[in-house]
Amino acid sequence: MSHLLEVEDLEVKFALRGGDLTAINGASFTLDPGEKMGIVGESGAGKSVTGFAIINLISKPGFISGGRILFNGEEISSFSDEKMRKIRGNRISMIFQDPMMTLNPVFTIGTQMVETLKAHRNISRHDAEKIVLEKLKKVYIPSPEKRLSQYPHEFSGGMRQRIIIAMSLLTDPALIIADEPTTALDVTIQAEIMDLLQELCDTDEMGLILITHDLGVVSQVTEKMAVMYAGKIIEAGATDQVVTNPAHPYTKGLIKSLPGMIKPGEDLYQIPGMMPNLTDIPPGCAFNPRCPVKEPVCLEKEPKLLSTKQGIMAACHMVGQ
Amino acid sequence: MDTNTSILSIKNIVKHFDISGGVLDQLSFQNGKIVRKKTTVKAVNDVSLEIKKGETLSVVGESGCGKSTLARVVMGLYPPNSGEVLYKGERIDHLTHEKMLPFRKKLQMIFQDPYASLNPRKTVWQTLAEPLRFHNPGINATAVEDKIASVMEDVGVNPAWKGRYPHEFSGGQRQRISIARALILDPDFIVADEPVSALDVSIQAQILNLLMEAGRDRGLTYLFITHDLSVVQHISSRVAVMYLGTLCEVAKADALFATARHPYTRALISAIPRVGEKKAKHIKLKGEVPTPVNLPTGCVFHGRCVYARERCVQEVPKLLSLGDGTFVACHGVEENWEMV
Repeated sequence: MSHLLEVEDLEVKFALRGGDLTAINGASFTLDPGEKMGIVGESGAGKSVTGFAIINLISKPGFISGGRILFNGEEISSFSDEKMRKIRGNRISMIFQDPMMTLNPVFTIGTQMVETLKAHRNISRHDAEKIVLEKLKKVYIPSPEKRLSQYPHEFSGGMRQRIIIAMSLLTDPALIIADEPTTALDVTIQAEIMDLLQELCDTDEMGLILITHDLGVVSQVTEKMAVMYAGKIIEAGATDQVVTNPAHPYTKGLIKSLPGMIKPGEDLYQIPGMMPNLTDIPPGCAFNPRCPVKEPVCLEKEPKLLSTKQGIMAACHMVGQ
Repeated sequence: MDTNTSILSIKNIVKHFDISGGVLDQLSFQNGKIVRKKTTVKAVNDVSLEIKKGETLSVVGESGCGKSTLARVVMGLYPPNSGEVLYKGERIDHLTHEKMLPFRKKLQMIFQDPYASLNPRKTVWQTLAEPLRFHNPGINATAVEDKIASVMEDVGVNPAWKGRYPHEFSGGQRQRISIARALILDPDFIVADEPVSALDVSIQAQILNLLMEAGRDRGLTYLFITHDLSVVQHISSRVAVMYLGTLCEVAKADALFATARHPYTRALISAIPRVGEKKAKHIKLKGEVPTPVNLPTGCVFHGRCVYARERCVQEVPKLLSLGDGTFVACHGVEENWEMV
């Protein structure tokens, strides 16, 4: 069976006055139907840009400068805008962080949802409303008939995010890209939303790309994951493996620095320094200034993402391949 | 150090905000008559807490539960509607601006967003020198320089960068500068309102370590406001859990995370996503979070609690001691209902 999504050597650049800035430098991964994948990293690592690149929503001065994106075997990265609009929001949906920013405050939920559906399908308002109600029920909105005529401000944060999810489900997409879908929400609501997304993937064979900085969430929801650092995937593999037995020193440090990994009150492990700015990535391995195990080779040669003995992929000279 | 004396007491604090707007906004038609109605947000309702010297007390809860309002009342940034705040036995909530000054030196605050809490038009030196010179009139120039250099060193910012502006620093470094600003007056008590929520994971660890280290070295007492329970578990000696403006549980940190008593605390703890744990078995809460404008009767949590009975709808539960320093406000815990 072919993959649902194949990203090959994706490269995204931003044309700036001082020259091109590489935001994503050769990212590759695949996703099968029903599979859940996490992309983690710190702010500026390129995880959101990866999500936007998949649905070709990189805005100027950014552009996809290399690589291919295949969706159901079709190369969507070369589609025209018009052709892409048939895929985006239809076959591939995206969920964003802040539900209040995503919904239009001056239209009712019903209007916004029906409009979305009518943009993609040639159906009557009456039929569209039926589908809208069905999807709202699916995300457990109580009494959806009444809710249709309400405005976004009449909903709580968790409810709004559910409506966004219902909206993204309207066209029965094969893939959902969720960019920090629960970062703005409280923990109890976050747990509910994550349950919901998982359930939908399991019952509808929907693929999910979960972009987040929260290793806990990724660990609970996804089957495989990729860790990004300064625009590159530096570690990838089965989620269980990566979180329990990471290979790359950055991932190791990231997991070790989480409160909860050691006894309360003890000093947390800290990765020294901070992620380099994309404008001045150090030569060799981008992580070398912060790396506890670096050798001279790390300052000269860029490591490739290669399979490790544990069966995951890591881009590090110091990991036994 | 005597760890049993309280450094700060919060007694029956109530803080409501009037959001009804102007007179015209308050008018509405009801049954053919014009009525004037006021709308108030009941942010904090009758909260009492004792904070002991040298401890880190964390206040946790979800957005809108009143935890930040409580912090601001403690700092004297909001006057409470009723109740008292006592610092070392002296009442500080109703003081005039001048009388409050000596206390402001002792009570300092660190805010969440280091991008918003530093004045972009002031250099680090100006940001740090201003409180120092304001609170110590007549301090000589070399003393100011020495103090700034030593505090900057303590928080891990190179003192040579004192002439730089906030935009030249990263988020983590800015938060270090905010901490330096709080420490420069040698306070006893620091209120930290979500000090690491805006930072990346690897930077979070650096800042938490810095706060813990400063606490140990200077014998500081922290009131830590946060929604991140794994951070709470790591740094606190005691934890107070808030829901809709009231306290549901106060306990020692290890006791709370081992055996939480209140149904809300249990749901909250079960919802923390932990690395390496597959499929969360989190407790599902029913219903929706009510607004602090129309508080439910009885226990504020009853609408979402699966164990709620008649008494919970009628009567507000009191915060009762269970011994061992644990306090719980729940009829179910009080009457030993079966709650599994």
